[in-house]
Amino acid sequence: MLAIEAKNLRRTYTSRTGFLRPRRTETEAVRGITFEVACGELFGLLGPNGAGKTTTIKMLNTLLLPTSGTARVLGHDVASDPVAVRRRIGYVFGGDRGLYDRLSALDNLRYFAELYGVEPRDQKRRIGELLDLVGLAGREKERVEGYSRGMRQRLHIARGLLHRPDVLFLDEPSIGVDPVAARDLRRTVADLRAGGTTVLLTTHYMAEADELCDRIAVIAGGTIRALGTPDRLKSRVQERGILEIEAYGAGEEHLERIRGVSGVHGAAAEERGSRQAVIVQTERGADLHGQVLAALDGVRVGRVVTREPTLEDAYIAIVEEADALAPTDVPGPTDAPASTDASGSTEVAA
Amino acid sequence: MTLVRAVRLIGVGVRTHVSYMSRSPLEITFAVLVPLVYATLAVYLFRAADDPDRLLTAAVGAGLMGIWSSVLFGSGGAVQNQRWLGTLETLVASPTPLSLVLLPITLATAVIGTYAMGATVLWGAVLFDVPLDFAHPLLFLAAVPVCVLSLGMMGLLLAATFVLLRNANALANPLDAPVWLLSGMLVPVTVLPDWTRPVSWALPTTWGSRAVHAATSGGAGAGEVLVPMGVALGLGALYALLAVLVLGRVERRARAAATLALA
Repeated sequence: MLAIEAKNLRRTYTSRTGFLRPRRTETEAVRGITFEVACGELFGLLGPNGAGKTTTIKMLNTLLLPTSGTARVLGHDVASDPVAVRRRIGYVFGGDRGLYDRLSALDNLRYFAELYGVEPRDQKRRIGELLDLVGLAGREKERVEGYSRGMRQRLHIARGLLHRPDVLFLDEPSIGVDPVAARDLRRTVADLRAGGTTVLLTTHYMAEADELCDRIAVIAGGTIRALGTPDRLKSRVQERGILEIEAYGAGEEHLERIRGVSGVHGAAAEERGSRQAVIVQTERGADLHGQVLAALDGVRVGRVVTREPTLEDAYIAIVEEADALAPTDVPGPTDAPASTDASGSTEVAA
Repeated sequence: MTLVRAVRLIGVGVRTHVSYMSRSPLEITFAVLVPLVYATLAVYLFRAADDPDRLLTAAVGAGLMGIWSSVLFGSGGAVQNQRWLGTLETLVASPTPLSLVLLPITLATAVIGTYAMGATVLWGAVLFDVPLDFAHPLLFLAAVPVCVLSLGMMGLLLAATFVLLRNANALANPLDAPVWLLSGMLVPVTVLPDWTRPVSWALPTTWGSRAVHAATSGGAGAGEVLVPMGVALGLGALYALLAVLVLGRVERRARAAATLALA
């Protein structure tokens, strides 16, 4: 039996604005995605902000009803049989919220143990095990409001594991945590997978996905743009070389100029503190240093490095391809008269 | 879920939420302060009306208003608070029925309301020398928890509607004064127009406050306290049952409308 099965899953959000001339805006967050996750697999869902990752997870963990399509978790339909799904899944999300911060970690875990149906005689032992697992033993009687972000995140994980779920949804669990805490978190996730738990992970951190995931789906604009093992995704850019340039003050106009250079497949800039890393994907073996640096004319430039493509480069290439397709890839309006923008929002008279 | 499990869950839930709410000095101050203002006004009004025998009734009535306000704003605010805390989704994602998730929260808001009852009675005794001569002290101590329980169950029905609304407090505000007026918390319902009577009878708050007032001022037998207590509990249970029936649909609508999270 499959752990997760999503078939042509769609989700549209509707919002109303205006009083005298009300307008209904429909936004297609997820536009027909299909994928399967086997039992015991660690499956990654990568994508930019607003790509539809969290919406997908919330449909799978029964918090949102799909607008159309079907999804099953361990054979149970998420729309028609939510309680059966909830008994078998855990849900952990990143960030500071989701805990009773004026209570201790122990009080939080006791309450959620009741809610998640942990047998009263097992609760003390299970809570103790989990506090050990996430490294909060000895701090469990302190109020959560005094916890660091990393500690809160570890408490979230303990909460999500109380009832020994078969499938664990981790929605950006490492967001905002320091590198040491993130490493511990990765170790915990790897241990869970080794113990047979199926994990669906969303993250922005490519190294995390590369290290942990058996397979990855890259989602952009509400659709899956690529699906495969990390090595297979990386092979999409194997014919490319990567030029990484340290820069100070490169703007979109510079990137556009770089993209116009013959032999360049894509260019993106990442902020890294006070400096930027301009990452240029070129044809493998092509020596484009001079032309690319010429396109950055007027920008202070530091170190220039040529390196092998990583999963991050593959991800950027896939998302950029998706962005290039976006204007023609947007589904038509569902009601008339209507207008549709590139983000997938459709506005109709209410 | 077995009955024992449900009772245990409600117990742990009430304890958790009462401790959580009690640890906010600001919330407790507001829960107590407004009823104290009501109590002060009521005592002065009853004195001006040359009705000094009813001063304790005024203090108890203001306490009842405090319990009702706590339930009303607590039920709406509690759901909204769970949204702000980011816990609403975690609670809904649990295999526990939503009614059993929300009932401990609404009961906890009623329990927090009893702080107001204690404060107004003490305020009256210390500041206005109101004698604490309860007609049936033991029945009073029984009637208040029954009133709290019935109001907590009524709160569940309010909470059921508040799950769907992102700005639930907007609905709570206009319900505050009319309900305590229609329930006879401060002045008897007999002074209100006849057409309001059926509405009053349908509110558990009416019967709860009747039981508490009867235990306070006396003038009649224990039956005058016990019968309204029974009706309050019965009506509260009916409201809770209605809430359970609608919550299944409400949850499905909330999942369809995406109103469980802030964004």
